[in-house]
Amino acid sequence: MRQLIVRRLLQTVPLLFFVSVVCFFMIKLAPGDPVLSFVTPNMHAEDIERVRHNLGLDKPAYIQYFIWLKELLQGNFGYSLTNHQPVLDQILERLPATAGLMGSAIALAVLLAIPLGLLAGANRNRWVDKLINFISYIGISVPLFWLAILMIYLFAIKLHWLPSMGMRTIGVESTADVIKHGVLPCTVLAFGFLTSYVRYIRSSTIGQLKEEYVQIQYAFGASKTTVLFRHVMKHVLLPVITLLGMSMGDLVAGAIVTETVFSWPGIGSLGMTAVRGMDYPVIMGITLFSSLMLIIGNLAADILYSFVDPRIKLTR
Amino acid sequence: MTERLLSVEDLKVSFSTRDGENQAVRGVSFHIDAGETVGIVGESGSGKSVTAKAIMSLITPPGKITSRNVNFRGENLLNLSEKQWRKLRGNQIAMVFQDPMTSLNPVKKIGQQLTEVIRRHRGLNKEAALTEAANMLRQVGISQPEQRLQQYPHEFSGGMRQRVMIAMALSCQPELLIADEPTTALDATIQAQILDLFKELKGNSHTAVALITHDLGVVAQVCTRVIVMYGGLIMEEGTVEDIFYRPQHPYTKGLLRSIPKNGGKSKERLVPIEGSPPDLLDPPPGCPFMDRCPHAFARCAERPPVFELSAGHRSMCWLADGEVSVGVEGGTFA
Amino acid sequence: MNRSKWKNVGSELLGNGMGVAALILLLLFTLASVFAFLSGHDPNELNVMERLTPPGAGHWFGTDDFGRDYFARALYGGRVSLLVGFTAMIIATGIGVTVGVISGYFGGWLDNLLMRMLDVILSIPTFLILLLLSVFLKPSVGNIIVIIALLMWMHIARVIRAETMTLKEREFVLYAKASGQSAFGIILKHIMPGLIPVIIVGATNNIASAIMMESSLSFLGFGVQPPNATWGSMLNNAQGYIAQAPYLAVFPGLLILLTVLSFNILGDILRVGFEPKLIKR
Repeated sequence: MRQLIVRRLLQTVPLLFFVSVVCFFMIKLAPGDPVLSFVTPNMHAEDIERVRHNLGLDKPAYIQYFIWLKELLQGNFGYSLTNHQPVLDQILERLPATAGLMGSAIALAVLLAIPLGLLAGANRNRWVDKLINFISYIGISVPLFWLAILMIYLFAIKLHWLPSMGMRTIGVESTADVIKHGVLPCTVLAFGFLTSYVRYIRSSTIGQLKEEYVQIQYAFGASKTTVLFRHVMKHVLLPVITLLGMSMGDLVAGAIVTETVFSWPGIGSLGMTAVRGMDYPVIMGITLFSSLMLIIGNLAADILYSFVDPRIKLTR
Repeated sequence: MTERLLSVEDLKVSFSTRDGENQAVRGVSFHIDAGETVGIVGESGSGKSVTAKAIMSLITPPGKITSRNVNFRGENLLNLSEKQWRKLRGNQIAMVFQDPMTSLNPVKKIGQQLTEVIRRHRGLNKEAALTEAANMLRQVGISQPEQRLQQYPHEFSGGMRQRVMIAMALSCQPELLIADEPTTALDATIQAQILDLFKELKGNSHTAVALITHDLGVVAQVCTRVIVMYGGLIMEEGTVEDIFYRPQHPYTKGLLRSIPKNGGKSKERLVPIEGSPPDLLDPPPGCPFMDRCPHAFARCAERPPVFELSAGHRSMCWLADGEVSVGVEGGTFA
Repeated sequence: MNRSKWKNVGSELLGNGMGVAALILLLLFTLASVFAFLSGHDPNELNVMERLTPPGAGHWFGTDDFGRDYFARALYGGRVSLLVGFTAMIIATGIGVTVGVISGYFGGWLDNLLMRMLDVILSIPTFLILLLLSVFLKPSVGNIIVIIALLMWMHIARVIRAETMTLKEREFVLYAKASGQSAFGIILKHIMPGLIPVIIVGATNNIASAIMMESSLSFLGFGVQPPNATWGSMLNNAQGYIAQAPYLAVFPGLLILLTVLSFNILGDILRVGFEPKLIKR
């Protein structure tokens, strides 16, 4: 058990290393000289060189990389080119908004997907299944930003039920207000996750129901409901852990479009602002941060999986 | 006369496929008496496993069961609702399956799986069910049952899993146990152990057993009566002595020639039956064995009736016509 | 690849109402975008007098905030969207198949290297790279195609690699190897034909995601630049007029949905059709 965790952790290290290399050289390749953001109009050429030297930018790229990496390991993701704030601080400041939105969207999606997926899988090719299947087809094919626009039109503009922009009403400091603002973006995101989860759960339910042990449960007098909820559900829930792990990467990046449409002040809209302003350190910080989340998410899912699935303990 | 436990009349099972109706079982009639052990023998595709599933009404669409009568302890099973069936399955009629590796739910503890069945049918509380489960494991020869109950299927060997399945099947003291090729997937030594277990259990319970197998050797060891199936029909039926010493049907004779004697040590050459079983999508109207039968003659194109050779020894073959004292023209196995 | 397999796919496709509908729809959209000039309106012609005219006889989809005919813009937008989707799919499939076959056929350190590379790329969230690259490269249709293609080849590469690995253990490949055929010849003659189903299914799904990526990118303003329209950029623009002219948002979104939906449905039907292992109905 411990061996498994250690081995998975060790596998993660080179992956992280390569991701950081890719990120670093993408910054290097980016157009524009980062020194220029420190330059004021009345500086001389020597001054500019001195700044360059002080920043370590005159050294060979690989040395720069290691300096950058060393800083990175100490939590220094660099400074924004536009407001000169530490990148990590900005990300962490925005994290709660994104994590809250994503967390509730994923939770909502999972809670709905499990019964829907089981229902569809258990009633394969009946009308319930066909309906759920059709909705999930729509779900994987609909542009989420379009869905967002339509929902804004319906619920904010026509019905005036919900706010369409931001996270708070100015001057109001209440959780209820934040929740109210979160309903639309959360629903849109949840729909996006939901459909892929449902498809996954449906097909694994169908697969499990074909297993011999299920047939045998019937031979021992189990009802369909018993089989579905006592036997199949546990099997089906296991892969959901993996799905959740994979969703961790989306936690940061996947919300870009939705956060933009709803002006949600999270990491996604920070990223958009950075991209618009060509603020490379921020973009890189976010990229690195989300890759980290993705890798950690997968790792955590693997480890959690091995705790939950009895078969893995001994076979590895 | 012993009590009649199960009687089946003219049971037919078919599966609709893209290419037509696959008539897996084409009208079989037989009975099982209380406490006896009956072997149902045949090659794969003969319809023996489908028959077993049909008795428990476990045929799901696109499969379809029709039968004139399936009678269990005087009750017609054909009229049971799904709810009544659930009370019966695993309780009065239990089943052991071929592959113990896939029979148990891999993510649930053995104890959970056993107690689930015990609690469902016997209404015991959790502790009592667990004690009962441990007793059952001990009965089927699993040591340290309390610890074993806390383990998962993958921690058991194939033979041990089959023991668990047998324990599960016997846990509600069923009146009929259907064992569908219970030893086929196991190693030879484990096979012998499981058969010994069957024999032993036979001695201390009144459960009737329908042992489905392709292996006549297994039948000889544990059964009192044998039903030989082929092409979805019963070819011959009789006591073990009838079948092994006085086989009438050419198919039965062929089967007997193809089993190794003395545990395969003798130098005698085995004679496999030439040819392949009939296509059940379009079964021949006459004797299904006709194409492979060395004694086939013109009349075999017509479905033979069942001839009673002696009390309880019946055969569906025109050759039996001459040997018979009383020909039951158009009669069926019952 | 034998004939019955193709026949199976054909009957699967034509026997499925959704499949036929998807095919017809895609054919219609393709024809409409090819013959967009027949719409009778210049998609970039401004007409301030007819600003934000609701859909009607003169302008089927109404007009936008510059008074441009929205139907013509939707047709020309579809041309770009479909072009990007199709071309990006071709490039992505090309890269994916090459990497997958090499990795799967040769194995060893090469396979290891390529697969680790894939792991790295896959552990950076896709949409983020998409944004990044579109910032580094100047936005143009050509660049967008390349960027999207660069982000889509990984999945198909994985599938192709797995498939190649099973194919190369087959007797006919082993025989070809024993008879001294070159690796290239074996791949071309014996491996590739077996990969065709996987490629077709992967390619169909890839078009769907390419169109989706392009529209998201254009929606955020990093895709195809004005005055050229794509469905995504039209939606971006529509967002500002959602209260006055909701139809501006409805049409392009619906077109994206229907196109992507059709490709997804086709992809699934093809997958089922090529795999007799999957039990149908």
